[in-house]
Amino acid sequence: MLSIRQPITAWASITHRATGVFLFAGMAVLLWALDESLASPESFAALQESLNNPLLKLVIWAVLAGLIYHTLAGVRHLIMDMGIGETMAGGIFGARIVILLSVVLILLAGIWLW
Amino acid sequence: MVIAVTSLGRSGLYDWLMQRVSAVILLAYFLYVGWVVACGVDYGAWKELFSLTWMRVFSMLALVSLVVHAWVGLWSVFTDYFTERMLGATGNMLRLVAEVVCGIAMFTYVVWGIQILWGL
Repeated sequence: MLSIRQPITAWASITHRATGVFLFAGMAVLLWALDESLASPESFAALQESLNNPLLKLVIWAVLAGLIYHTLAGVRHLIMDMGIGETMAGGIFGARIVILLSVVLILLAGIWLW
Repeated sequence: MVIAVTSLGRSGLYDWLMQRVSAVILLAYFLYVGWVVACGVDYGAWKELFSLTWMRVFSMLALVSLVVHAWVGLWSVFTDYFTERMLGATGNMLRLVAEVVCGIAMFTYVVWGIQILWGL
């Protein structure tokens, strides 16, 4: 795969797959956070406290980043299912928008977290 | 050869539709919860929100959608890469193991979710 120069649409697609697999594991982190946030006022406070830990912050950011990209790429699929942007040019344009928008939103999520 | 017996609906069209229905539910759920968290909540308001029946139903709907969505997605990934053509005889074995592990994980997520929401 690395020996062939892949078009941007291929990268958009493989990243959608990779983030999907990653998010399945990442859901365990989100379920854990939900559990802690609802169990008791003490665990809620403890969760807020532990979110100051840079390592956990990084993990949450990674899950959010995966979620942002996977969501945008998924919405692109839904738009293409409606028959919009199905041409080669449309596919490249869509992939570019998804990647660009993801980078912006992932950075904003990082700023919000820190 | 990869057979479709472990696909969600044993039909590509059905899987395709379920993938999209579950995606829209998940999109709605994450947008809503993300908006609530981004606005900032204290424990009282957060607990109150998740004590409402419609929120619990919405959350369970999202969790079941997650399982459906993940099964279709992971199945597609496994049947593309963990195959006899790609990996020889180990491919079939690896695919089976991956499907079992993910299936157990999904079941665990659902039970965990019920436990969180209804506090058993």
